[in-house]
Amino acid sequence: MSDARAAVLTVARLGKSYGATVAVDGISFVVGAGEIVGLLGPNGAGKTTTINMILGVLEPSSGAVAIEGIDVATRRSRALASANFAAVYAPLPGNLTVQQNLRFFARIYGVENAAQRIEELIAEFELARFRRTKCGLLSSGEQTRVGLAKAMLNRPHLLLLDEPTASLDPAKARDIRAEIRRIAKSGTGVLWTSHNMYEVTEVCDRVLFLSHGKILLEGDPKLLPAEHGKQSLEELFITVAREPLTLGLE
Amino acid sequence: MRANRVFAIVLRQLYLMRGSPARVLPLFAWVAIDIVLWGFISRYLNSVANATFDFVPALLGAVLLWDFFSRVMQGVTTTFLEDVWSRNFLNLFATPLKISEYVAGLVVSSTATSSIGLVVMLVLASAVFGLSFLSYGLLLIPFLLVLFLFGIALGIFASAVVLRLGPASEWFIWPMPALISPFAGVFYPVATLPAWMQGIAHVLPPSYVFEGMRAIVAGSEFSGASLFAGAALALLYIGLAYAFFARVHRHAVRTGLIARYAAETVN
Repeated sequence: MSDARAAVLTVARLGKSYGATVAVDGISFVVGAGEIVGLLGPNGAGKTTTINMILGVLEPSSGAVAIEGIDVATRRSRALASANFAAVYAPLPGNLTVQQNLRFFARIYGVENAAQRIEELIAEFELARFRRTKCGLLSSGEQTRVGLAKAMLNRPHLLLLDEPTASLDPAKARDIRAEIRRIAKSGTGVLWTSHNMYEVTEVCDRVLFLSHGKILLEGDPKLLPAEHGKQSLEELFITVAREPLTLGLE
Repeated sequence: MRANRVFAIVLRQLYLMRGSPARVLPLFAWVAIDIVLWGFISRYLNSVANATFDFVPALLGAVLLWDFFSRVMQGVTTTFLEDVWSRNFLNLFATPLKISEYVAGLVVSSTATSSIGLVVMLVLASAVFGLSFLSYGLLLIPFLLVLFLFGIALGIFASAVVLRLGPASEWFIWPMPALISPFAGVFYPVATLPAWMQGIAHVLPPSYVFEGMRAIVAGSEFSGASLFAGAALALLYIGLAYAFFARVHRHAVRTGLIARYAAETVN
């Protein structure tokens, strides 16, 4: 966290092992209120494993996760009430319509004035003409927008986004990035994973480079490449993924 | 436990039922066919057998009660399987929803869906085949209650089996009531069974219901204490089934199965 913002997410020495395989190796970081933090790394680096542990759907082998100071391991329900997530690999049930899915999750999150909130999100994510369409019949981009609308239902203080724009066209992706920035300005802390380095540079206040379950680099995505003698964040990403030793990082 | 989260599970099931004949029809179609089939069998047996014994309350009543039990169990498992079929576990369990709230939602959904089947069976059996529920008296209520409780227990247990063994194990849970029925003495007294089967019958709550039902139909003495034992056993099984489900869920969270639940990922 670059300034004195209150922490909405605190990850302390978090680790996950499957037998001898270490997926996440004792990582620690904080996401502050209103901060957008990019979690970057090659496939298999441990990004999704980290997000699953934050969401309480995967038990850590070591360490702890706290959302707004509430420990996820011991008070999962309370902690997750102020968080939400969207992931490209977790589409909402395809046998429910857009509106039904939003109503269902609004009840789960105990959203007040749910009908009004759902209408706001349907308008915000341009879902009006799909409101009575089953989610399984939507294109992947449309499903992504429904997933994002669901992720905003409870006005989360912590938002976890796992490749949220992966299946969106450039125009929609730009709109979503603008929307996420607007949400962050209102005080929501965002943990964002993406393989799109242009997007990360544009959106994130800070990035964490993850490789083999460890955080190898951390900093401002606009300054980090120059600090390590690289032209762009993409070049730095490739170096971190393939030749971390050349940066003296391992 | 938050009622809004429990109701969310019920609401989801309601949404799925609405406008889906494939989901609505099984709520009453198969039980109606059972009642019609066994209604005629009972009538035929009445026409050829000793006139002092009425097969309608003994056989048709047994079918009605057994089908109710099966529907309760399937009400729980079908609601659970909707999340398996739509691969919804990650979305569901990454929310504030507690396991107790989820299971309560399954139970309330099952109560609603099995009640529909029960009403259809009661109407058909009494209107078409003259099954008089007065012959059971007020004991019909505890009979249904014991079967309901055991149906819930078996439904939770079956859901835990699928959660642990994967979607492919779905085939295993549907015949569970049929596997239990020979031991439960649905159509014959438990005393008919060999000793080892009687031992199993005595730990199955439905056996107390069907023994009681036959005692009433035959006009012999009925032990309320045995029915109470059946209810106590059913409650015990609900506690055990819930503990088993919670344990399986913990295993799935520890191993990461909840996040990547699919036929290919569970072994």
